[in-house]
Amino acid sequence: MKLVKNAAGRFVPTEVNGETQIPFKGVDKYKPKGVKAKPPIRSCIDYPSDGNKVVKDLKTALKKAGLKDGMTISTHHHLRNGDAVTNMLFDAIKEMGIKNIRWFPSASFPVHSHLVKYLEDGTIHHIEGSMNGPLGKFTSEGKMKGVGVLRSHGGRYQSLQDGEVHVDIAVILAPTADPFGNATGDRGKSACGLIGFALGDSEYADRVIIVTDNLIPFPCVPWQIQGGNVDFVVEVESLGDPKKIVSGTTEVTKSPDRLLIAEYVADFIETAGIMKDGFSLQAGAGGTNLAFVLFLKEKMKAKGVKARFMRGGSTKYLVEMLEEGLTDYILDGQTFDLEGVRSMRENANHVNTSPFTSYNFHGKGNFASIVDTAVLGATEVDVKFNANVVTHSDGYLLHGIGGWQNCLYSKCTILAIPSFRDRIPVIVEDVTTICGPGELIDVIITERGIAINPRRKDLLKAVKGSGLPIKDIKQIKKEVDEICGGAPAKPKVNKEKVVAIVKWVDGTVLDSVFCVESTSKVAST
Amino acid sequence: MIKKLNKSSAGKRGDSVRSDCYFEIELKNSGGIKIDLKSKVNVMYGESIKQMILDMSKFFGLKDAKILLEDNGALPFILAARFELAIKRLFPDLKKEYLLPFHEKNLYSTKKDQLRRSRLYLPGNEPKFFVNAGLHSPDGIILDLEDSVAPSEKDAAQLLVRNALRSVDFYGAERMVRINQLPKGIDDLKFIVPNNVNVILVPKCESAEQIHQLEKEVERLKKSLSPTPSLREGALQSSPLGGELKGGSDIYFMPIIESALGVIKAFEIATASKNICALAIGLEDYTADIGTQRTNEGRESLFARQMLVNAAKAAGIQAIDTVFSDVADMEALRQSVIEAKSLGFEGKGCIHPRQIKVVHEAFAPTAEEIEKAKKIVQAFEEAEKKGLGVVSLGSKMIDPPVVKRALNTINLALMNNLISKDWRKQ
Repeated sequence: MKLVKNAAGRFVPTEVNGETQIPFKGVDKYKPKGVKAKPPIRSCIDYPSDGNKVVKDLKTALKKAGLKDGMTISTHHHLRNGDAVTNMLFDAIKEMGIKNIRWFPSASFPVHSHLVKYLEDGTIHHIEGSMNGPLGKFTSEGKMKGVGVLRSHGGRYQSLQDGEVHVDIAVILAPTADPFGNATGDRGKSACGLIGFALGDSEYADRVIIVTDNLIPFPCVPWQIQGGNVDFVVEVESLGDPKKIVSGTTEVTKSPDRLLIAEYVADFIETAGIMKDGFSLQAGAGGTNLAFVLFLKEKMKAKGVKARFMRGGSTKYLVEMLEEGLTDYILDGQTFDLEGVRSMRENANHVNTSPFTSYNFHGKGNFASIVDTAVLGATEVDVKFNANVVTHSDGYLLHGIGGWQNCLYSKCTILAIPSFRDRIPVIVEDVTTICGPGELIDVIITERGIAINPRRKDLLKAVKGSGLPIKDIKQIKKEVDEICGGAPAKPKVNKEKVVAIVKWVDGTVLDSVFCVESTSKVAST
Repeated sequence: MIKKLNKSSAGKRGDSVRSDCYFEIELKNSGGIKIDLKSKVNVMYGESIKQMILDMSKFFGLKDAKILLEDNGALPFILAARFELAIKRLFPDLKKEYLLPFHEKNLYSTKKDQLRRSRLYLPGNEPKFFVNAGLHSPDGIILDLEDSVAPSEKDAAQLLVRNALRSVDFYGAERMVRINQLPKGIDDLKFIVPNNVNVILVPKCESAEQIHQLEKEVERLKKSLSPTPSLREGALQSSPLGGELKGGSDIYFMPIIESALGVIKAFEIATASKNICALAIGLEDYTADIGTQRTNEGRESLFARQMLVNAAKAAGIQAIDTVFSDVADMEALRQSVIEAKSLGFEGKGCIHPRQIKVVHEAFAPTAEEIEKAKKIVQAFEEAEKKGLGVVSLGSKMIDPPVVKRALNTINLALMNNLISKDWRKQ
């Protein structure tokens, strides 16, 4: 595999899974030209005139959709760890004897460890999406047939639009749908809020299958997915467990250290002058990120400040802000808990959005850069402010990118992170994998102090003399190394063998994830 | 070395353990040191952990042994304490100490009338809480060897607390240790006195005699500190202890009054040594001792608290209130501090970092107190400038203790950002 050094100084392959890749050229330095990808022409006369597209089962739908070896199949993570459809889908594909599928999920979760056996037996060739938990371990150890591709939510839309990925069959779970294929996520027994991650697939895939456990008579109103894009509808008993759309990261932290970080975040947003009437923010999941919202809420109340909109990951905490009149709107990209689902269904000002409106690189603008401040997490940040969200410091794939890369375009991007976890430094000399270039990351807030990117002289000036614990990021790193017993050793990886690549939002290759060499855990002298 | 056992263990194991570790040592007759390392941070720190085990084995003369380490991300000072304990459980007569370098930031001393509004209790056998404790800005941290440590883990806590006093940066918080009830607590002193403890908390104190006993042992230990660090037993001799700690910076005592007898003897205790900086009250044990229940109103302990305040003030030292144990109820904590302040207490115990800020806010002076203090301080400074011996405000004379209290009020107001540094100009 030929590797070249890209503009981030990382070595990346120029060809992956038989397709030519463009190395990262720098932030906003690459613009593909030409015409957008397009789905095949369909005609209504080929579809039932009574609007009934229901077929017997998933296998029938796949057969009718023309499933073949080597196709690209997409799924979506709206039910997060409660998703049963993806596993059901690949069970069916396996039974049909189909091989070498390129699986194109919007994200994967621990529940999908069921699919490891299909990676092993060749049913799935490789994953383009995210590789978490057991899937990440499988990939990191070099066991996947193809090379994994990690994309942001916006990057997923970009890849559909500029033709980098062509989806043969999109399988879209829908908590409520009608026989025509109009579908929504905000109601039904498996309600999960929005199903916006499937929007691009519904428009660009050759064939679209809706899977629902709440088939209602036409029309399904409101519709988040338009039946006019849908080929088949399949009714199943259950999509999964909607309670598990609440992941562990949607509860406010109880850790005093994380709360301290959250408090610093709220203090910073106020002191830097970001918190003012009509401002906007994006809050992710994760205990610290939820907690800062609560601290900020008190400050907003005290000063009588109201936000224009807040972006989620919506949770009950954002919903409370909306219901208490502290924000005009929630523009929701992903519903993180059942309170969020309820609010979206009942409150017209809780609006469902999609990666198209929020993050798409090929959109005529997107919401991410309009947001005043985004508060995010990371697994590692280095002294150049580059950050990593996909690998652990031991080299293993750990998380997907989600909307994280896209959110870096906010006017003030804050990473709220502990300076170390257990004995694992988070502030390091060089991140294991670059997912976000330092030039887009403005502020690092840890329990040991706040580091502002030297590029942001305006922010440095705004908080000068405020009493906030502003520190040089190198100073924080020094403290962390002292506590942890020196800088951490880097994982031993095979620099010849790329197991996955990390795409930037424009489709270029930002970094490579290398094969982890298994480490012997027994030593003797 | 006299072998008593051939197998020992130390530390914590299991899925729920974080930032801690578990050691097992099995002595062998041959084969050298064999390390079975299962560590969450193997990739990042596996090599340095193995090196530390080898260095320590050599230091303690451990030659042939099978060593199991289950590590869930323990920091070096924790690993070292746990391993030393596993060795010492095999060889109880071993006197050597494996001392990590003394963190240069830990060499500060404190004053007898140090601000002691908040003191955060840290259970001595829960080292994962130590390292960030100072970040929450308590006036003092208490490494506890007493009630929060199970009887079977007292030896573990002693080593952890010793290592923490040397290695952990407490970010300027006063470094306190609560020893065990005397006379057992005497045995704790050799782990803390040589390592720059600022204040020793003496639980269930009931007589001046106990303080004398304590003071004698502290003085003895301080004298025995070698003038140069290199002569002291220890693994790493780079510690800059010598000059600074030889003969020692002052070590203060804070007796905790927790019984009916202790309350009656409060003044005797408060004046037992010039190094006593404060009297604290412990109400859980006190209410049990007088045969009643602790209530939120606290009527049952009013006498004890007032007695303690009075004794402390008569002795010219601080009066410190008990801990507030409902960590979820910040408003009740605030009320409790306001009440304590009104009785004459200057500090409160904290068992959770989130309580610290609330305690500081509640001890902060009121706007009225600040205004009055400003006038007094300005009158005092004016008088000084004019070389006047007597300070007066309007027609009233002001005594020196009043000036001192006003200065304290201004200081507290500054610390709570209630006035700006240049308040005189405003």
